[in-house]
Amino acid sequence: MTDATPPPFGLLAELTYACPLRCPYCSNPLDLDGHRAELSTAEWCRVVAEAAELGVLQLHLSGGEPLQRRDVAEIVRAATGRGLYTNLITSALGLSRRRAEELRAAGLDHVQISVQADDPAVSDGIAGITSYARKVAAARLVKELGWPLTLNVVLHRRNLDGIAGILALAEELDADRLELANTQYYGWAWRNRTALLPTRAQLDRAEAAVRAAHARLKGRMEIIYVLPDYYSRYPKPCMGGWGRRQLTVTPTGDALPCPAAHELPLPRASVRAASLAAIWRDSPLFERFRGTDWMPDPCRSCDRRETDFGGCRCQAFLLTGDASRTDPVCHLSPDHHLVADAVRAAGEDGEAALIPRRRAAR
Amino acid sequence: MPSTSRTATDHARPRLGAHLRLAFDPVRDRHVLMGPESVVVLNPTGAAVLGLCDGTRTVAEIVAELRGRYAGVAGEEVRDFLARLAAKRCLELRDD
Repeated sequence: MTDATPPPFGLLAELTYACPLRCPYCSNPLDLDGHRAELSTAEWCRVVAEAAELGVLQLHLSGGEPLQRRDVAEIVRAATGRGLYTNLITSALGLSRRRAEELRAAGLDHVQISVQADDPAVSDGIAGITSYARKVAAARLVKELGWPLTLNVVLHRRNLDGIAGILALAEELDADRLELANTQYYGWAWRNRTALLPTRAQLDRAEAAVRAAHARLKGRMEIIYVLPDYYSRYPKPCMGGWGRRQLTVTPTGDALPCPAAHELPLPRASVRAASLAAIWRDSPLFERFRGTDWMPDPCRSCDRRETDFGGCRCQAFLLTGDASRTDPVCHLSPDHHLVADAVRAAGEDGEAALIPRRRAAR
Repeated sequence: MPSTSRTATDHARPRLGAHLRLAFDPVRDRHVLMGPESVVVLNPTGAAVLGLCDGTRTVAEIVAELRGRYAGVAGEEVRDFLARLAAKRCLELRDD
């Protein structure tokens, strides 16, 4: 590409895939053992500096559980020192008062805490570890220290009926934002799709509850409801377009246009071998689905091609085996029956057992 | 807690939301407004308006100050801009 490639706004830094939780919808790779050779503190600080120079404005620290690394505050300092807005995306396990104060002093701007359900037993069951009470305590600590708080709940068949309780919990914790994200089917979630896909009736009830809360909490809490795309007519503009607004760096230094793109059979790009700017502007990986030239029909001639950018490449690959096809979620896709079949199968066999994510240590 | 109105009336005193940061981005050569999971790239006029939203000036005073700096400032447009940002919780419009 040329210098005309606009710079990215956000970098998702997956510091480690280690995590004490075992959520069955985890977006991390199924092969967790292949990612032990993590970037060092110095390498992350270099990546952050290169990101700032490239035009990244926000650094999202994620994982796995980022707090499994002891150097998070040091990486935050490297980012805030360059004016980046920093965001910690955490299960809250490991967010002790001492570490929270250390991160506050380092200039961390915002904390997002995941909760697995409104009910403690259901939440702990999905997380695969006793964690609900610690999450609630950490959320209170985040507010006490003066941070803005986002609660994030991944929605699926097993917790969707508790959405009123989730909204009440967010209100009680005085969350500034509540992200209600219907499960996206990659990684472990793809493996558990039949057990996680909700029914249409569940979604209708949940959407009514969210609409009511939206009106009631307007101006106090921002509620983001990420639509379940298997039930949508059109696909999501995944990542705001491939190589267009965001990039991810994995624990071992692979740069990706989207955190699920490790599943695609594409050339790799590593921050250990090239600068972030060179990867963003010129790598075959980031060039592969940038813009609209790569698109097949029906996307190529569609009015929405610059609205949804053909949808999600990972979803196209998982469903059809070809990452360059139109996202089958789109009702115009010739492969749309694959999505309709999955929804039907889940309706018939929704009590399938969940396979928890494998536990991974550092 | 002071009342927070949803429209930018002349006597409101707007200020940035508690968790928002206004900064200059040298790469894009633009001011940006950053919050949790959001970035708004501002044009020079928008940046000038937000730079005046310090919680002490009223909307009327902000419009007057902009008119001293630029030709053709429409009060209605400034009020709309402020109301839009307030709706996104980027701005608090305090009436007191």
